[in-house]
Amino acid sequence: MSTMLEAIDIKKRFGNVEVLKGISLKANRGDVISMIGSSGSGKSTFLRCLNFLERPSEGRLTMLGEQLTLNRDRSGGLFVGDAGALTRLRTRVTMVFQQFNLWSHLTARENVMLGPIRVLGQSRAEAGEKADAYLAKVGVSHRRHAFPAFLSGGEQQRVAIARALAMEPEIMLFDEPTSALDPELVGEVLRVMRSLAGEGRTMIVVTHEMAFARDVGNRVVFLSQGVIAEEGNPKEVLVRPQSERLRAFLSNQLSH
Amino acid sequence: MISWAIVSSSAPAFFAGLQNTLMLLMMVIASGLLLSIPLGVARASRSLWIAKPVWVFTYVIRGTPLLVQLFVLYYGLAQFDWLRESALWVFFRSPWFCAWAALTINTAAYSTEIFAGAIKAIAPGEVEAARAIGMGRIAVLRHIVWPSAWRRALPQYGNEVVMMLHATALASTVTIVEIMRVARDVYTNYLVLTESFGVAAVIYLFLTVVLAQAFRRLERHYLRHLDRARASEPAFASIQLKAA
Repeated sequence: MSTMLEAIDIKKRFGNVEVLKGISLKANRGDVISMIGSSGSGKSTFLRCLNFLERPSEGRLTMLGEQLTLNRDRSGGLFVGDAGALTRLRTRVTMVFQQFNLWSHLTARENVMLGPIRVLGQSRAEAGEKADAYLAKVGVSHRRHAFPAFLSGGEQQRVAIARALAMEPEIMLFDEPTSALDPELVGEVLRVMRSLAGEGRTMIVVTHEMAFARDVGNRVVFLSQGVIAEEGNPKEVLVRPQSERLRAFLSNQLSH
Repeated sequence: MISWAIVSSSAPAFFAGLQNTLMLLMMVIASGLLLSIPLGVARASRSLWIAKPVWVFTYVIRGTPLLVQLFVLYYGLAQFDWLRESALWVFFRSPWFCAWAALTINTAAYSTEIFAGAIKAIAPGEVEAARAIGMGRIAVLRHIVWPSAWRRALPQYGNEVVMMLHATALASTVTIVEIMRVARDVYTNYLVLTESFGVAAVIYLFLTVVLAQAFRRLERHYLRHLDRARASEPAFASIQLKAA
């Protein structure tokens, strides 16, 4: 089993508040890792440290066996100084956001095409062909010429997934992908994610969907107060939680 | 009674004036746009070292009347011997150059503020998504921030262009024979108001309607990504006429 991404001892401070107190995570090829925890536990922050949308205060990151060289900025954050290395990281590790973040002035199809054209240097024709294929895969090809404002939340998130897929990444990060959706639209997005997991893609998913964590993920990580409080096979961790904190968290989840 | 004889005999002069007005307007809009795009980006910069000087420029220009700016360029600078003796005098003694420069600087200042506001109003998530996919700063600016800002700025920018059309009338004060100057000449010759300034007003109104329609068409194209049925407030701010 090859290691795709390894984060070692990631720490993040906002001012005097230490949000992440040293988190290590290793993703092997085909892993679907669910990160759970109450809001404020730092799981989204951790995810954003993996592609340096957030600058960690401490830590190391290894991508496909290659350790990234990190520089420190004036406020103490670590960043990838080499622009080429950062671009390589971000084309291999793409992200799906809670708020979709589609580019509002571009159609669904153009949203999917832009990265491949501008970052990967694909031709318009090639990118268009691939965009159509990925939009079909997530089930929104009939809406490919629509602008985001005319799409439902579920459609927007599926376009956003197609946009991340079009970069043909090694790893996909999902930052609470269903949290901004109306309940009746959650299912269509989860179905797409399920099928991606079924293809053997490597995914790290910050989520509140316990059923997804239990049935689709092969590993679950429970974050609490900036540390990993518990982790392992979801069928054990979620069924027989060892810590009091996870038990409390899970019973809270069920009551909702 | 309108004297149609005066109107028709002055028609060729008005037509020539119209050509000069349009020429000046096109030159000013082209150069003003060229200047205000980079200035708008600079004004929206998070670095104060870049944003502040641009703010000072727009503040000073927006804080003084265009007529004063035009007079300073055309009449005021002439008092400096070193300028009159320098190679630059070729430019500064030309009324066309001074009118073009004054109007360009003025519209650049206003457009800079319009564009800077539109740039700052971009959804941070859209920038983040572009960064997360590996786009560099310049690419994000070119493909995400600017196209999105341009669309937001369009209705306001349309107003600015209409106001610049009206501002070209000031060029008559530095001897350029555009519509307003022709109107004054007709008035001086015949001492009739309707056939001189009345005709000028009708021409300006006609040009304004044409410009407003053109911008409405541009908005229809560039703002078609907005779901107006779902939006809570009207996204289309069609051209509103303001006093220049």
